[in-house]
Amino acid sequence: MIRFEPRSNVSSLFALALPIVAGITALALAAIPIAAAGGEVFAAYGHIFKGAFGSKFALSELLARATPLIFTGLAVSVAFRAKLWNIGAEGQLYVGALAAVAVGSGAISAPAYIMIPLIMLAGMIAGGTLMLVPTLLKTRLGADEVVTTLLLNFVVLLFVQMMLEGPMKDPMGMGWPQSEPMTSAATLPKMFPRMRIHWGLVIALVSTLVIYIMMKRSVWGFEIRATGENVSAAKHAGIPVTSTFIKVGLISGALAGLAGVSEVAGLKGYLTSDISPGFGYTGVVVAMLAGLSPVGVVIAAVFIAAVFVGADSMSRAMGVSSYIADLVVAMSLICVLISSLFVRFKIRFVKPKKTPLAAKGEA
Amino acid sequence: MEYIDILLSANFWAAAIRIATPLIFGVLGALVCERAGVLNLGIEGIFVVGAMCGWMAVWLGAGLWGGVLIAALAGAFFGLLHGILTVPLGLSQHVSGLGITMFATSVSYFTYRTALPKVSSPPRIEAFQPLDIPVLSDLPFIGPALFQQTSMTFLALAMVLLVSYVLYRTPLGLAIRAVGDNPSAVEAQGLSVFALRIGAIMAGSALMALGGAFLTMSAFDAFFFGMINGRGWICIALVVFASWRPGKALLGALLFGAFDAFQIRLQNEVGAVIPSQVFLMIPYLLSIVALVLVARKADYPRALLQPYFRGQR
Repeated sequence: MIRFEPRSNVSSLFALALPIVAGITALALAAIPIAAAGGEVFAAYGHIFKGAFGSKFALSELLARATPLIFTGLAVSVAFRAKLWNIGAEGQLYVGALAAVAVGSGAISAPAYIMIPLIMLAGMIAGGTLMLVPTLLKTRLGADEVVTTLLLNFVVLLFVQMMLEGPMKDPMGMGWPQSEPMTSAATLPKMFPRMRIHWGLVIALVSTLVIYIMMKRSVWGFEIRATGENVSAAKHAGIPVTSTFIKVGLISGALAGLAGVSEVAGLKGYLTSDISPGFGYTGVVVAMLAGLSPVGVVIAAVFIAAVFVGADSMSRAMGVSSYIADLVVAMSLICVLISSLFVRFKIRFVKPKKTPLAAKGEA
Repeated sequence: MEYIDILLSANFWAAAIRIATPLIFGVLGALVCERAGVLNLGIEGIFVVGAMCGWMAVWLGAGLWGGVLIAALAGAFFGLLHGILTVPLGLSQHVSGLGITMFATSVSYFTYRTALPKVSSPPRIEAFQPLDIPVLSDLPFIGPALFQQTSMTFLALAMVLLVSYVLYRTPLGLAIRAVGDNPSAVEAQGLSVFALRIGAIMAGSALMALGGAFLTMSAFDAFFFGMINGRGWICIALVVFASWRPGKALLGALLFGAFDAFQIRLQNEVGAVIPSQVFLMIPYLLSIVALVLVARKADYPRALLQPYFRGQR
C-alpha cells in the first residue's frame, strides 16, 4: 500500500532536479514510439543530439526555436502564478505579429531605434488587449478563462487569415496569403551572418530579467503570488485581487504578443497564418517544466527547442515521423506534473496492517 | 424571404442535426466527467483519438461497429490516464487535461503518420450511410430531416436517454452526482470516491471519443490533421450552457448545430460580400457568448476541480 505524507521542507536542489528528471524521462520514453516506428533507438538519440547541439548552425537553429518559447513560457508562467489560466498565448502571439506588421511594413517610416520599440509596443498592446477580454469576462461575469482563451485562439487565427487574404495581403506576394515584408528599419537583425538566430533572443532574455525582478522584488510580484496562492486570503489581506488579475492578464498577453513580434521581425520578415506551430500551447509545457520560474523558463525553452530541432533532423535522417517531438513535449508535461507530487509529498511504501479495522477502512 | 426558406427546408435541419451529433457525444461526455467532480480538458485530444482509432480500425477491416467500439475503448483508456492523474494523485485537473489533449493528439498523429508515411490524399473507408427506414424516412419534411441520418446520430440520441436515465433514475447515478457535490458524504456511505470518479471519467471519455469517431466514420470517410479544430473546447463551453443536464445538453448541441448550419447557408447567400472567415468564427464566438450568458448563475458541481483525499476535508 502506498501512502502520501505531506512534506514540510523541500531542499531547493531536490525541487530543481525534478523537472530535469521529468524531461529526461519523457525523452527516454520516446524510445518506445521510435522503436515501434521501426527506428534504430540509439541512432535516433544520436541524431536528435547532433541535430540540436552538433554544430554552430544547429545551435543557431536551436536558439531561434527557443526564442518564441521563452516569450510564451514567460507569458504562461506569469499568468499561472496568479492561477489565471491563460491558454490563449497562441492567439496573443498572432495578434502581436499582426500589430507588428501593421506598424512595421511601411505604414510608418522612421529609423530603427524608433521602429523597433514601436513594433514591440504595438505587439505588446495587441497581445495584452486580447488577453484583457477573457480576463474581464472572468472578473466581471465569472466566465471560465480556460475555455474563453482556448476558443479565442481559433477566432484570432481566422481573423489573421482574413486580414492576410484581404486588406493586409501583399500585392507582390504572387497570390500567397502573406503580409507585406517588414521594412529594414523594423527588422530585428540577425546576430551572425548566414544564421537564423536574431536579436529577438536578446529581447527575450531581457524580458526574462524584467519579469524575474518584477516577481521577486516588486509589490506587483507579491500581489500576483499572493493571489495565486489563495484568492480569498489575498482579498482578506487587502490585495486588490481584481486589478491584480487584470495586470497579470495584460502582462501575460503582452509577453505572448512579443513572441509574435519577434517571429515576424526577427525570423520570417513577413506574416503568414502558419507562423506559429503551436508556440502558445507549447508555452504551457515550458512554464510547467520551469516550475513557473522566469529563469527556469529559459532553460525549459532551450530543452523543448532542442527536442523539436533534434527530432526534425532525426526525422529527416531516419524517416521516423517528426510528430515524435510533440509526443515528447506532451509526455514532458505529464511527467513534470507527476513529479510535482514528490515535492509536496513523501511517498512511503507501507505494509498494510491485517487488523480487521484497517481492512474495513480500506474496503 | 430567402432566410425563412432556409429555416423551412428539411435539408437545413438535416445538416443541423448532423453538425450537432459529435457535439452531443462530446457535451454528454464532459457532463458525465464534471458531474463526478472532474473537469476533463483532455476532450480535444480524445476527439482526435476517437476520430483516428475509429477510422483506422475500419480501414484495417474491423467493420464499422468494431471501429465504434475501438474508438470508445481508446477514449476510455485516455480517460483512465486522466483519472489516475487527477483522482488518486489529486493533480491539477487543468494541467492534466491539457497534457492529455497534447498526448492524445500527438499519439494519434504519430500513429497515423507512421502507418501511412507517404499518402498524398487520405485513404477513404466505406462510412456509415444514411438510414432508410420504411415509412418514417419517407415522411414529408421530418423524414429527410430526422430519419435519413446515420446510425451514429441515433446512437447519440440513445446516449442522451441512457445518460439521463442512469444519472437520475439509478443508485449509480445518484452516487455519481453525489461524488461531484460532496465526496465525503459518498465515502461515508461506504462507496469508493476513487472508483466512482475514475469510472465516470472513463465513461465520459469513451463518449467524447465517439464524437470524434462520428467525424471520420459518418460525417466524412477519412482522417485529416486538425479536423477536430476546437470542437472539444466548444463542448466544454456548452456543458456550462446546458447546466450539466443531459436534456439541455441535447438542446444546446442542436441549437448550436442549427446556428452553424444557418451560417453555412448564409455564407452561400452573402459570401461574395463578407469574407468566409467571418462565418467560420461564428461557432467559437457563439460558444463564448453561450458561456458568458450563463456564467453568473451557473450551478457548478460543488466539488468540481477539488481533489479528494481520504480522511481529509
